[in-house]
Amino acid sequence: MAPEIADAIIRVRDISVQFGSTKILDGLNLDVKRGEILGFVGPSGAGKSVLTRTIIGLVPKTSGRIEVFGVDLDSANAAARRGVERRWGILFQQGALFSSLSVRQNIQFPVREYLKVSQRLLDEITMAKLGMVGLKPEVADRFPSELSGGMIKRVALARALALDPELVFLDEPTSGLDPIGAGDFDELVRTLQRTLGLTVFMVTHDLDSLYTACDRIAVLGNGKIIASGSMADMQASQHPWLRAYFHGKRARAVMG
Amino acid sequence: MNGDPTLERIAQGNGLALCAAGSWTARFAPVLEKMVADAEKLTGSRPNIFIDVSQVSKLDTFGAWLIERLRRSLTQGDNEAKIAGLSANYSSLVDEVRRVKPAPAAGAVSVTITGILDQIGRNMAGFGTTIIGLLDMLGAVLAAGGRVFIHPSGFRLTSTVHHLEQVCWRAVPIVVLITFLIGCIISQQGIFHFRQFGADIFVVDMLGVLVLREIGVLLVAIMVAGRSGSAYTAELGSMKMREEIDALRTMGFDPIEVLILPRLLALIIALPILAFLGAMAALVGGGLVAWGYGGVDPEAFMLRLRDAISINHFTVGLIKAPVMAAVIGIVACVEGLAVEGSAESLGAHTTASVVQGIFFVIVMDGVFAIFFASIGM
Repeated sequence: MAPEIADAIIRVRDISVQFGSTKILDGLNLDVKRGEILGFVGPSGAGKSVLTRTIIGLVPKTSGRIEVFGVDLDSANAAARRGVERRWGILFQQGALFSSLSVRQNIQFPVREYLKVSQRLLDEITMAKLGMVGLKPEVADRFPSELSGGMIKRVALARALALDPELVFLDEPTSGLDPIGAGDFDELVRTLQRTLGLTVFMVTHDLDSLYTACDRIAVLGNGKIIASGSMADMQASQHPWLRAYFHGKRARAVMG
Repeated sequence: MNGDPTLERIAQGNGLALCAAGSWTARFAPVLEKMVADAEKLTGSRPNIFIDVSQVSKLDTFGAWLIERLRRSLTQGDNEAKIAGLSANYSSLVDEVRRVKPAPAAGAVSVTITGILDQIGRNMAGFGTTIIGLLDMLGAVLAAGGRVFIHPSGFRLTSTVHHLEQVCWRAVPIVVLITFLIGCIISQQGIFHFRQFGADIFVVDMLGVLVLREIGVLLVAIMVAGRSGSAYTAELGSMKMREEIDALRTMGFDPIEVLILPRLLALIIALPILAFLGAMAALVGGGLVAWGYGGVDPEAFMLRLRDAISINHFTVGLIKAPVMAAVIGIVACVEGLAVEGSAESLGAHTTASVVQGIFFVIVMDGVFAIFFASIGM
């Protein structure tokens, strides 16, 4: 088991998740430190998204304990849960923008629900968020169906950041983006982490993202964390999947 | 310190320092906004105003923006208000919000008389477009049907059978139940009112003609429009939203042939069957009530029924069924393919599908009534 990390923002202890008779996660332990960008990798179907969704509380777990901001989400009452939910932001794989609301309304939605602020401030903050994720103000009045894939990701990130969360979950943020867009996105996540002091939990397959954006990498396999550490640790590992992943053709192209 | 945010005013010579302190974060946004609005009134009161943020313990986008907003309103001409005491941690955040341009306000929608008239006009014109859309689809379906007739290998039997199960077999229980109850009600009401003239037995005539000619098929058609028409629209609509229909087209398949023809065919087969079952259930229901409530025993009921109705009533009912099915199916498919990207659009088109389906079914029924009356059936 990994040594206890004192300042853990997410603490996952011994969790198992089972769908029917298939065990997806099997006694998994994970800590995410405050202020770090954790890259989370693993083979397709290993349960990366399941773990993310379990931490967020969308997938019920069979056993184990999850603490976010030191709050155990199982035993917390509704108010404490809401308190936690207000402090995190989630970027879903497909964006999950509300299709009947405009970009502006999508970003304002969580703010409007949680804070009583004037429409003027709402509009200004929306523009600030759009600027932060690199979108032009003209996008504000478009609808999700009128946006490109990259723009949807950016708007979804802006919405995830709307309430200035301390923790953001990114589920494959750069998938479906062109390499330049993906590079910009990594840069953006880095900048936001620096400026806002974010903690980022990023599920990704993008070696470039792992290389440029992440402070630490955790690898999921057989329902457990099989390795975690810096990029150098990963490259030094002798685990067959890790070797294939970090020393494959594509990896060599990235690391040069 | 991590407490409530404050904004103190400290006079310094001919200048004024606005000292921000505490946590300037989203949590306190309503309070912060008020404080900043008050401080904005100081614009121009002193020649030299600056904002001191050295005591701010926590800053996020909300706080940073409000400080930036304050800075902008205190700036007059060349006399720019300065921000002092910014810690290195937060300078990049402040730089970030400094680039924000004033927001273009969301355009408010005002209700005017011309606007309402405009909307009515558009809706009327839209009705014409709907009719053209339906005829367009009818043509496309007939063309696809012709192609399939010439090359029967293109016919999708499995799909048709699957839809037949969905719209016919699975609809049987609810259709039979509802028509049975309607039969009971017609019979009960008939007996109740006919009794005043001592004409109880004529309830059988009424029940037979009404159920076989009109109510049976009309009611079943309305149920099918609500049950299967909406399902077709929702299915096709969500396929359209996820570009599945475009995918089919690019693979060289005709969506009309693959998706719409089997659905339509299933509906055209299903509705006469359901209408027949419905009519029978209504007769049984009516007969039972006539027996229990009106004292017409089954033997008398059957005798009377045989005298009262001819095969014509039955055929009139059943001839209408496939036509109504075609109308429901075509409306549902047109609406399904018209769905755009949003969930709202899917809902709107599903509603339109059911409403239009029922409307056209009733119009068709009226047209048929005139037609059959004039040929004497």
